[in-house]
Amino acid sequence: MNKPLRRVALFCGLLMFALLLRDNWIQYVRADDLTSREENRRIRIERYAHERGDIIVDGKAVTGSVETDNSDFRYKRVWKNGPLWAPVTGYSSQAFDSSQLENLEDGILTGNDDQLFFNRTLSMFTGDKKQGGNVVTTLNGDAQKAAFKGLGQKKGAVVALDPKTGAVLALASTPSYDPSVFAGNSDKDSEARQKLLEDKDKPMLNRALRETYPPGSTFKVVTAAAALENGLYDDIDAKTESPLPWTLPQSTTPLSNEGDIPCENASLREALRWSCNTVFGKMSDDLGNKKMIEQTDKFGFNKEVFTPVRADASIYPEDNRPQNAMAGIGQASNRTTPLQMAMVASAIANDGKLMQPYMVAERQAPNLDPVYTHEPEELGRAVSGENAQKLQQMMETVVKDGTGTNARIPGVTVGGKTGTAQHGLNNSEKPYAWFISYAKTDNGSPVAVAVVVEDGNANRDDISGGGLAAPIARDVMKAVIDSKK
Amino acid sequence: MSVVTNTTTIGAIDAPSRRNTELVLVVFAVAISVFAYANVGLALNGELPAGMLGYGAGLALLGGVAHLVVRRFAKYADPLLLPLATLLNGLGLALIWRLDQSERLLALKSFAPAASKQLIFSAMGVALFVGVLILLKDHRILQRYTYISMVVALILLILPMFFPAQFGAKIWITIPGIGSIQPGEFAKIVIAIFFSGYLMVKRDALALASRRFMGMYLPRGRDLGPILVIWAMSILILVFETDLGTSLLFFGMFVVMLYVATERTSWIVFGLTMSAVGAVGVASFEPHVQDRVTAWLDPFAGWGTHAASEQMAQVLMAFGSGGTLGTGLGQGNSDLILFAANTDFILATVGEELGLAGVMAFLLLYGLIVERGVRTALAARDPFGKLLAIGLSGAFAIQVFVVAGGVMGLIPLTGMTMPFLAAGGSSVIANWALIGILIRISDTARRPAPAPAPSTDAEMTQVVRP
Repeated sequence: MNKPLRRVALFCGLLMFALLLRDNWIQYVRADDLTSREENRRIRIERYAHERGDIIVDGKAVTGSVETDNSDFRYKRVWKNGPLWAPVTGYSSQAFDSSQLENLEDGILTGNDDQLFFNRTLSMFTGDKKQGGNVVTTLNGDAQKAAFKGLGQKKGAVVALDPKTGAVLALASTPSYDPSVFAGNSDKDSEARQKLLEDKDKPMLNRALRETYPPGSTFKVVTAAAALENGLYDDIDAKTESPLPWTLPQSTTPLSNEGDIPCENASLREALRWSCNTVFGKMSDDLGNKKMIEQTDKFGFNKEVFTPVRADASIYPEDNRPQNAMAGIGQASNRTTPLQMAMVASAIANDGKLMQPYMVAERQAPNLDPVYTHEPEELGRAVSGENAQKLQQMMETVVKDGTGTNARIPGVTVGGKTGTAQHGLNNSEKPYAWFISYAKTDNGSPVAVAVVVEDGNANRDDISGGGLAAPIARDVMKAVIDSKK
Repeated sequence: MSVVTNTTTIGAIDAPSRRNTELVLVVFAVAISVFAYANVGLALNGELPAGMLGYGAGLALLGGVAHLVVRRFAKYADPLLLPLATLLNGLGLALIWRLDQSERLLALKSFAPAASKQLIFSAMGVALFVGVLILLKDHRILQRYTYISMVVALILLILPMFFPAQFGAKIWITIPGIGSIQPGEFAKIVIAIFFSGYLMVKRDALALASRRFMGMYLPRGRDLGPILVIWAMSILILVFETDLGTSLLFFGMFVVMLYVATERTSWIVFGLTMSAVGAVGVASFEPHVQDRVTAWLDPFAGWGTHAASEQMAQVLMAFGSGGTLGTGLGQGNSDLILFAANTDFILATVGEELGLAGVMAFLLLYGLIVERGVRTALAARDPFGKLLAIGLSGAFAIQVFVVAGGVMGLIPLTGMTMPFLAAGGSSVIANWALIGILIRISDTARRPAPAPAPSTDAEMTQVVRP
């Protein structure tokens, strides 16, 4: 009987060997795959197991992390002033993932990023508790507050950039929301989020980056830039060939101006000062669709912008002559984000150089050592230095004694352009009020702003870039200048 | 033994009993278990658990009593079996207690803390172990109960059919006020006794009367009877009790014992063919089994839609997340498995918290028990003892393979529990009895043969010293 016994022993050995082999397969060979599967809740448990790093503005954290009594996810994100910073940070929710900076900088904030590898290894030996790193933003708290205060209960957005570096100084979108209300994992969080999603005012939409508006008359600055760059006109004070009335090409529709303003053969400076539709419409038509698209490309249109938070592409349409003429005054299917118009203003203020907009100045390890510092990056030249100077002069005239007088700041040179964009079928809906501007001090330009207000409650006739949007731009610029003193 | 010679003045050198080795190992087993228990407490609450002394004392008492009884009643028994069982039982208690602390499991309706109950079951198991050693002076006595065993085994196997299914399988009998018993665990032992007794008598007929066909000795048609009956019974268990594990266990055990008894390879071929036919046949219409097969083939495909798949996926992720060294006791999230985390899937907790290293160590502990059992079978001097020992250790090996293989996704999952490790009274009690019987057989096998009667010649030439 011993021979079969030995064989049975061998068989039992084989069974055990098969188990050992299988164990090595799932716990060694496939371990990483199984650990990192999206179904694996441990990833999220680990993610919320320690305090999340903070997002920092002006040296102070605008976010926080609190311990909850939830056994799965221990720490939850909180905001000190959620609505004020939500357009910048985005949300970070235990149940609903994260967005914007909270999402893009998740590796640093959770402490899992490879940039923190050395740091993590070190704390493994010192026995320190695992911690997330911090993300230092470029934002300016005063400017951000001024932007929100100016927008108030109105719907709209503000973007302020530092023209010299591309740093984002303010990024406001109203109505805003408090990401704290759904940062957790409970039914209450679900309900709060659902309510936000169902809100018809779309508080979770980042209007500064993800909504495109017809830019209206603010776009005339771009058309003027195209005319100067392409040599259509050279002298901003020389008369242009602009008949009045002027009929849209290939049609019988005359293009009208806002009121009885002196637009016939007006110089570039005067045309921008009075915001002459006829002059810029014809200018766009004279340049043609292709040249207009080329100029918008140089300002950063027609592709997405990453700040690093993604902003929608602003589109200058490829279209027929009448539509192109309308697009040249910021109508037709010309659509831009507030960020894009701020980039236009900042490129002009920076003597033609367009800088890459960015929000993250520095990433810090948990011990506050910087692991990454942003270097300003030039995206390209939007207009020549000479033409930028000319455009600045034109825009400064607008603020000095044109439609943008509401943006004046005593002792500071301000250039700007108003816009009142028609939209809806036959322009039936309430127009959007626009204002783009920059301020200039002795050391060049510290800030360029774009403001859009889409106010459905205001009286239609009251909605104008100069009236609604310019004061907001002024306050934001003033906040930036004051904070630098 | 040849040591005992006619030079009686030197005195007989006793065969080594290895009882002291066993004692050291039992102490070691208890120490490791207490260490694991402390580890859990430190990881979960940052302090030594309050119940540590009680737990340690209880386990030491069980191991100690068992050891003393072995020392007294089975002096020459294998020294490894008891420490191995003590270690597995002790670590099992620590693991169960660890899962008792899980907030996720405590939130479940079907979950109740099980550690203290398990300690009582362990005590009952050791009591049965002690009973076996004291009452069963010689394992050959069991041979007398061959056919009674058959009847008892059948009753144990059939009983659950009359009780409602729990968790998709009819393997329980529920006694109001006491709890539920899983008779299959006990039937495993009883049926091994029946097979041993039956095969010992019939082995010659089964082995010799055969025809040669294609290089194999085929049994006669009428000798196929018993295997057909057992096969049919396994299929019936599978169909009516939807218990894939027990069915596989019985059939596998029978084929192994048949092969050992007859030394005919053809039985293995027959056995494998029949189990393949049976398994495929049943799987083709039994939804419970189909569920398990689906979950086995691609656990992640059914995420969120197919409960069995999702659970299997959770188990695999627990293993995978443990990696090579594991998270450390009390620091994993194997409780995400939720249902049956501390019974059928307890190995996943080992996998996550002790890692690949821990699971391999556990598998080797089980392998060692099987090895000692097979060695006992080899050493046993009587065919009944050989058959019983190989039957029990074979069943133990198959059970470990079926459970661990199922949990690790090597084969479809079956509803059986890891011996000694999983929470559950029937399993731990029955397995202590199984170890008791193996110890009894090994004692008989290793006991030195009685010294031959002193030869009269030797007496004559004895030197008388002053």
